[in-house]
Amino acid sequence: MLTYIVRRLLQSVLVLIAVGFIAFSLFSYVGDPINNMVGVEATDAEREWARKTLGLDDPFPVQFARFAAKAVQGDFGQSYRLSIPVATAIGERLPATLELVFVAAVMALLIGVPLGVYTGLHRDGAISRILLTISLIGISLPTFLIGILLIMVFSVWLGWLPSFGRGATVDLWGWESNLVSWEGFKSIILPAVTLCLFQLTLLMRLVRAEMLEVLRTDYIKFARARGLTNRAVNFGHALKNTLVPVITITGLQIGSLIAFAIITETVFQWPGMGLLFLQAIQFVDIPVMAAYLCLVAFIFVVINLIVDILYYAIDPRLRLDGSGHAH
Amino acid sequence: MGDTTNAQPLLQVENLRVEFPTRRGTLVAVDDISFHIDEGEVLGVVGESGAGKSLTGAAIIGLLEPPGRVASGQIIFDGARIDNIGYEKIRRLRGNQIAMIFQDPLTSLNPLITVGRQLTETIRTHVSVDERAARERAIELLNEVGIPAAERRVDQYPHQFSGGMRQRVVIALALAANPRLIIADEPTTALDVSIQAQIITLLKRLCKEHGTAVMLVTHDMGVIAETADRVAVMYAGRIVEVGPVQDVIRHAQHPYTHGLMNSIPVVRHDVEQLKQIDGAMPRLTDIPSGCAFNPRCPKVFEYCRDARPELVDVGATRAACWLYDDTRRAGDTT
Repeated sequence: MLTYIVRRLLQSVLVLIAVGFIAFSLFSYVGDPINNMVGVEATDAEREWARKTLGLDDPFPVQFARFAAKAVQGDFGQSYRLSIPVATAIGERLPATLELVFVAAVMALLIGVPLGVYTGLHRDGAISRILLTISLIGISLPTFLIGILLIMVFSVWLGWLPSFGRGATVDLWGWESNLVSWEGFKSIILPAVTLCLFQLTLLMRLVRAEMLEVLRTDYIKFARARGLTNRAVNFGHALKNTLVPVITITGLQIGSLIAFAIITETVFQWPGMGLLFLQAIQFVDIPVMAAYLCLVAFIFVVINLIVDILYYAIDPRLRLDGSGHAH
Repeated sequence: MGDTTNAQPLLQVENLRVEFPTRRGTLVAVDDISFHIDEGEVLGVVGESGAGKSLTGAAIIGLLEPPGRVASGQIIFDGARIDNIGYEKIRRLRGNQIAMIFQDPLTSLNPLITVGRQLTETIRTHVSVDERAARERAIELLNEVGIPAAERRVDQYPHQFSGGMRQRVVIALALAANPRLIIADEPTTALDVSIQAQIITLLKRLCKEHGTAVMLVTHDMGVIAETADRVAVMYAGRIVEVGPVQDVIRHAQHPYTHGLMNSIPVVRHDVEQLKQIDGAMPRLTDIPSGCAFNPRCPKVFEYCRDARPELVDVGATRAACWLYDDTRRAGDTT
């Protein structure tokens, strides 16, 4: 178990170094950073001086090492656009995105998995067919369209929920949260629903397919032949065997929730990282872009690590051979 | 004489018909078969793949996979019909009164759940005991089926057992609630030859000790000869011959049974080549008219193609063959 985790950790570090390298390359290849910093009237001597004091004339590996050392400490320098440290800018936005993604992921799991189980068990039922048809819509409608439709119905026509922004947040030791008060939670509902819809339908269809597969297996037949109740067979035996692929996909999808959040955050003017990143691209705010890249990579790596550990917890067959290969 | 039933049999199947509705019409997989199994008796059911053996077993325990269904007939267990009693009642019988063992021990156990947990779950479904008592019973069962170090093995997962050991676990699971009938569907087919005999001996011994009746479904005539009290030979969804195992083996009446016997390798005789039955069993979509065996039968005569024979007493067994109907035969030769 320990060697398995250590090996996974080492792989994670390699991934992060690679991403860090790409992020760093942004500085060198997307324009000259000196040009972005000094005024138009700066003389060549002044440019040279700036280059020297900032260490930009050092060899490439030295610069990269310096970047990496700082990045590990969370220091990505100053944002060109906001003129505040990147870490601060992201720190302000991170809670908004994480909360949004968290709520969306929880909704997708809590609704998608039961629906998948239901449609898997009642394969030919009328309700299953209706759910599957609706899920097709969920999978094919683009996020921005769903967002705008929801705003139209729930904010404009019904006036139940706010259409943009985080609304009233509560400060929890520096973490601005939408989750602790009903007023704040109202603001997160629409963006979270928009964000989760695709994942929800994907999960539902995945769980359904896996259930159908597992229900055909001999051990399910044998469990039924032993007189176990439907409940014990379906949930105790079948559902557990669908979990490995479901966890894989859920892990990957949480990563892409963060990616998809860019669009949702734009539609709902949600002040999260996605919006920050989009603005950074428009202004070629390279430190922010680099930091965002590294952060997303870091989140992906952490999620994958958790997924791998969950495999271990679920499937005893992985525990024996030590290699723990699960992909 | 043939079928003399003294008391009420444990299981009585009457005119069972299993159908599969398909787009191109209804396929009849089990066609109007009747047989019984007495308390503590081992009935071998033998036949080629697709003869309807396994489906008969599945129909008895109510586990036919849709769209397969019992179209007509009755299944009577311990004096009461069980083919139309609803899900909850048949579920209570499963494992408790009638257990089933499947062919492949490698896939019969849930890979994510310990052997002990699968056993205690089954025990507690049918017997009201607490977890500790169920665990003790589970260890006892594992001991009984000959798994060494049962106290330790009980907490292991199926993949930590070999194929033969897993089939022992499967047998332990089937015996968990002391059923009165076990339907063993090709219990040794997936095992190594060296293990097969062990498993059959074990099954035979345990059922004798517990007084459990067995419906032993197999295509291995050797296993039947060693184990069964009576044997029913199935062909294309019908029982073509049924009787005490020694009589069927020594004096097979139906030409098909005869062919099956000849295809068993016998070491004593120095035969160059095993005899085989020419041709293959018909598909369900085109079962020949008359006797289904007529295209492959070495003793076929005209009438066999016209009408389907029913089981009649022939010597010590019952066979469904026109050879034993003197008037038909006479009518044909003249």
